[in-house]
Amino acid sequence: MRRTTGRLMRGITLLSVLALGATACGGSDDDSSDQKAVSAADIQAALKKGGTVNVWAWEPTLKSVAANFEKKYPKVKINLVAERSGDKHYTALSNAIAAKKGVPDVAQVEYFALSQYSLTKGLTDLAPYGADKLKAKYTPGPWNAVSDGDKVYGLPMDSGPMAMFYNKKVFDKYKIAVPTTWDEYVEAARKLHKADPKVYIANDAGDAGFTTSLLWEAGSRPYKVDGTKVSINFDDAGAKKYTDTWQKLIDEKLVSPINGWTDDWYKGLGDGTIATLTTGAWMPANFVSGVPQASGQWRAAPMPAWTKGDKASAENGGSSLALPELGKNKELAYAFVEYANAGDGVQTRVDEGAFPATNAQLQDPAFLSKKFDYFDGQEANKIFADSAANVASDWSYLPFQQYANSIFNDTVGKAYVSSTKLSDALKTWQDASIKYGNEQGFTVEK
Amino acid sequence: MSSSVTTTSPDAPEQAAGGSKGAPRLRTRRKHSPGRPKRSILLTVLTGLILVYTVVPLIWLVISATKTQDGLANSSGMWFSSDFALWQNIHDTFTYHDGIFVRWLLNTLLYVVLGAGGATLLAILGGYALAKFTFPGKRAVFAVVIGAVAVPGTALAVPTFLMFSKMGLTDTPWAVIIPSLVSPFGLYLMWVFATEAIPTELMEAARIDGAGEVRTFFQVAMPLLAPGTVTVLLFTTVATWNNYFLPLIMLKDPNWYPLTLGLDAWNSQAQTIGGDVVTNLVITGSLLTIIPLIAAFLLLQKYWQSGLSAGSVKE
Repeated sequence: MRRTTGRLMRGITLLSVLALGATACGGSDDDSSDQKAVSAADIQAALKKGGTVNVWAWEPTLKSVAANFEKKYPKVKINLVAERSGDKHYTALSNAIAAKKGVPDVAQVEYFALSQYSLTKGLTDLAPYGADKLKAKYTPGPWNAVSDGDKVYGLPMDSGPMAMFYNKKVFDKYKIAVPTTWDEYVEAARKLHKADPKVYIANDAGDAGFTTSLLWEAGSRPYKVDGTKVSINFDDAGAKKYTDTWQKLIDEKLVSPINGWTDDWYKGLGDGTIATLTTGAWMPANFVSGVPQASGQWRAAPMPAWTKGDKASAENGGSSLALPELGKNKELAYAFVEYANAGDGVQTRVDEGAFPATNAQLQDPAFLSKKFDYFDGQEANKIFADSAANVASDWSYLPFQQYANSIFNDTVGKAYVSSTKLSDALKTWQDASIKYGNEQGFTVEK
Repeated sequence: MSSSVTTTSPDAPEQAAGGSKGAPRLRTRRKHSPGRPKRSILLTVLTGLILVYTVVPLIWLVISATKTQDGLANSSGMWFSSDFALWQNIHDTFTYHDGIFVRWLLNTLLYVVLGAGGATLLAILGGYALAKFTFPGKRAVFAVVIGAVAVPGTALAVPTFLMFSKMGLTDTPWAVIIPSLVSPFGLYLMWVFATEAIPTELMEAARIDGAGEVRTFFQVAMPLLAPGTVTVLLFTTVATWNNYFLPLIMLKDPNWYPLTLGLDAWNSQAQTIGGDVVTNLVITGSLLTIIPLIAAFLLLQKYWQSGLSAGSVKE
């Protein structure tokens, strides 16, 4: 059922993206480079005048931020539309942009999807509004994701530096050491599964975001983007590190074939049959609401390294707030985005459990020494902040990453269910992505 | 109307025919008569399996609605866990996100009343006209209607979206109501039903008595069509109540969501970074969502049952 819906949604998304592309080609030829700078006084005047800002964002902490913003600027009404998320959010956004109707003034856009919208001129360049001066506020990974040269297409809302979460109860029970490198991880996976065949070190049925994060950590840079010139190449040393190690886990059936974010996944995280989860630092909030029964059993640890002592890290997930080109009330919309992602809103969101992308919060002693009840009082933010500082900032996603991710299961996914080798499967993914990119009018090569 | 419909096995009519001739087939008569048809073990087992297959998800739904988020993960799906949270779940479902569930419920009612009600009305008018009047192109209309029954609504959804988008109607309730007004199956049903249920002689009598076409329709035909109307109304109500795909692509504003979309939105929160996992509310909401449909069926079944059997016996 979920897969069918997924395919259906994929079809719709694709259709909308095509429509979006068509609009961008045939549409306005205004040159955004001679956009007039918007001064702080203009924004203040707009705030005094008031109006409504329509925001499409699912991030739950924005609710309080919007309430505080309205309190501070009583003439402004923030209309937060929060019921859509993930694929459906982008489908709705692309449809609205294609139909040129009902486009929100502010939209939450994940980092991997940003360039898709910015490239089709779907998003407003925020540099003239003063966003270009905010660079120093953010950690390099998220800033790199929202900016392109001197253009800024959104303000980073959160970030997802990678960490490994592990079920301490399970590791203690079988007296297995918590792995610090991926080689130790494979070793631990073997021991765990031998001790109890129901226990797997991780679930992995093929997940595009996870794979790209591991490649990122391993130093692989498969995607190179220069305007509409793109190259995709999974044939480098980093990718080899990843495929060699992960192939062992797949061959020996040491990863549980459960898809992430399903009921089974939540169940597995709760009952100890999935022993670790390597993912972004935003995960604690999801643990609290989705896996309440395992409270106290889990801990955070640094992501395993490819070579012992290596501190390189990567990002997974994270999103920005952006201003769609067709939105209205640009000054007000920008004022809200700046308040939420660079101003007072950041602290509100951190207090409610969001993981920030701002240096000030990441270095704040109160933030670092926060004790997580879920992790039995562990000061997990120290691990996450350390990871955030070690993220290499030269990673880029494809301008059609959303599509590439959607075909991941049909290509790389085969390595998990058949005898296809992971390295060959990556090659298939590469070829399919290149083919699609060229069809979309990009110049894509290996 | 008072007699409930008895289940008859395929060979029952022959039995009845045999019996009416008065032949003294005592053994056969004692064992099974038209009132007590022959039993088939195979059919009973098959029916039993289908019953289990249909009822199990419902039982699961009812049981799961009594559990907390914690209980859902920790207990078997087919039995209660130690925490009985049904009332709390219902309370939370109605109050979560500022009580938007109530709004979705009202939206669904609106779409059903206008969409399904309108579809039924159009089906009656069209079916009556096609059954009782001759006009050029009738066969073509027949072909179109039969063809339209075969086209799944899903296939039309995207073209419909593009059309409505051009008209500037997307993201308004009209985008859900207007396409719901068309029910080829309902039209076909009413057509067949009107052919059987309204004797042409009766219409001629009304005309001779001086009634105009409008009066003939409302005072003579409508009452005769009542069972068929209820049937079509039930079908279109269920179709509109359960409609998911059309609102999904038409609506962006959650304030106009029907229940199907709203519950799906809650469900997908569990698949989102930073999302609130409320599976227990999704399950309780689903249970609450099917209750009005069950109520509609129970209240209307005696009407539509008599409708289904109309024309099956020659008096």
